[in-house]
Amino acid sequence: MLRLLGAQSLHIVFGLGDFALFTGRSFRAATQSRRLFRRIIRAVYEQGALCLPVILIVGAFTGLVLGLQGYYVLNRFGSQGLLGALVSLSLIREMAPVLAALMLVGQAGSALAAELGIQRNSEQIVALETMGASSHGYLVAPRLIAALLVFPLQTALFVAVGLWGGSLSGSLLLGVEPGVYWSSVEQAVGAADVRECFLKAAIFGLLTISLCAYHGFHADRCKSATGARAVSAATTRAVVHSSIIILVADYVITSFLVRS
Amino acid sequence: MSAGQTDLLLEVEGLRKSFGDHVVLAGVGLAVRRGSVCTVLGPSGAGKSVFLKCLGGVEQPDAGTIRFDGRLLNAAARADFQRRSSFLFQSNALFDSLTALENVALPLEQTTGLPDHEIRERSLEALRQLEIENFRDRYPSQLSGGMQKRLALARAIVTRPELVFFDEPTAGLDPLRRNAVFAMIAKYQRQFGFTALVVTHDVVEALIASDRVALLDRGRICFEGTPAEFSASTNSVVRGFRDSAEALGSSLAAIRRGESIQSDDA
Repeated sequence: MLRLLGAQSLHIVFGLGDFALFTGRSFRAATQSRRLFRRIIRAVYEQGALCLPVILIVGAFTGLVLGLQGYYVLNRFGSQGLLGALVSLSLIREMAPVLAALMLVGQAGSALAAELGIQRNSEQIVALETMGASSHGYLVAPRLIAALLVFPLQTALFVAVGLWGGSLSGSLLLGVEPGVYWSSVEQAVGAADVRECFLKAAIFGLLTISLCAYHGFHADRCKSATGARAVSAATTRAVVHSSIIILVADYVITSFLVRS
Repeated sequence: MSAGQTDLLLEVEGLRKSFGDHVVLAGVGLAVRRGSVCTVLGPSGAGKSVFLKCLGGVEQPDAGTIRFDGRLLNAAARADFQRRSSFLFQSNALFDSLTALENVALPLEQTTGLPDHEIRERSLEALRQLEIENFRDRYPSQLSGGMQKRLALARAIVTRPELVFFDEPTAGLDPLRRNAVFAMIAKYQRQFGFTALVVTHDVVEALIASDRVALLDRGRICFEGTPAEFSASTNSVVRGFRDSAEALGSSLAAIRRGESIQSDDA
């Protein structure tokens, strides 16, 4: 039992170290990679434009639900005027960074893990290495840099659409004055909240895209499956681990920021 | 050959590689002459691809030395080696999200500082030489198997390498296409003058297209010589490999004629 526990702990520590090295190696390779800008643009398109519909839909419905739930809770205390504050702070501090990251993992992250897994299987990654090109620089670095840009932007969009959704359900359906709603938003949100939101988004983007790339890149390490099944297993691992890491990182960042 | 160059482009000595307890290469030695086509034959699972991957730097050998152009191939010499050599994979390893032209341009884009227009010119020239210039905007999945092979070769030669590794270039192909692939290797090897190191289990085609043949068996080179020497060899391992290849050829011919085959166990 003790031996098994030790082996598992060592396995986790080795995995974390390997993941950290992978991310570091990818950033270092970015400095030597040629024509990096072109591939960053492509990655921004994949993580940005292609994921836009899901961000808009989820953002709008999150705002609509927050507006509804918030109104009925606040109504008990006669504080409907604070609906804007409740929706905006919930979105900016927690819901937008977490939900936008989860949506991006589901769409862009899973696609990245599957693409790299197939490239590993079909020897495309080995081909790059035998050419003397950096596979980390060519395949991973542009995606990581793009994630640092795209995740905060998508989160900002999520917040904007969510606030609009909250105003829709609060003002249009439940009768809260639009002026009261937006003024409450303005008074509640401070620069520190926006900073926290962008910081979380950037960290989630870096962690999840790197994790998805890591699992896809090493799809051949899967012991229980080969070929298409190994790619499928790598993609599943990428999505599950990324979703968990978002929530863990959210707790850690929040606890640090709340303390400071 | 300029002054200072040796006749041997690649020299391998005592190359060993194991995966766990499984010994794949048990001290392989091989010398490849400049400008020649050298083929390493061997049954499936003999370690031919692992041997090639150790040479290409994809796998790290456990022991042994590799010399390229007289220079010991260590970490410092690896970049120079990669610049002067290229690989043609069994699966072609073409990037399916890139067009034919982009695939060929990839090694130049990633490993040289050439300007865009020169990269384009050189890539188009490689496609023209391999007679697939008209398909430059197609994706690999839109090309036939033979064209994909030529596209992979165009990508391999675009950097003007001195040494090209061919990993089972005919795997999974029918006899006609196998002939065509070996003819292509021989033709372009003469045209471009590179040295070719081929690993395959296709005896007949290899004997026609190669200058030197080596047989890898149980992790060691048990024969090295000319194709004529290979055909005449009385070495029991060579004879066994030759006979099994001939028996397979006869079986295939019989299947084509519609005759029933009797196995050895029958």
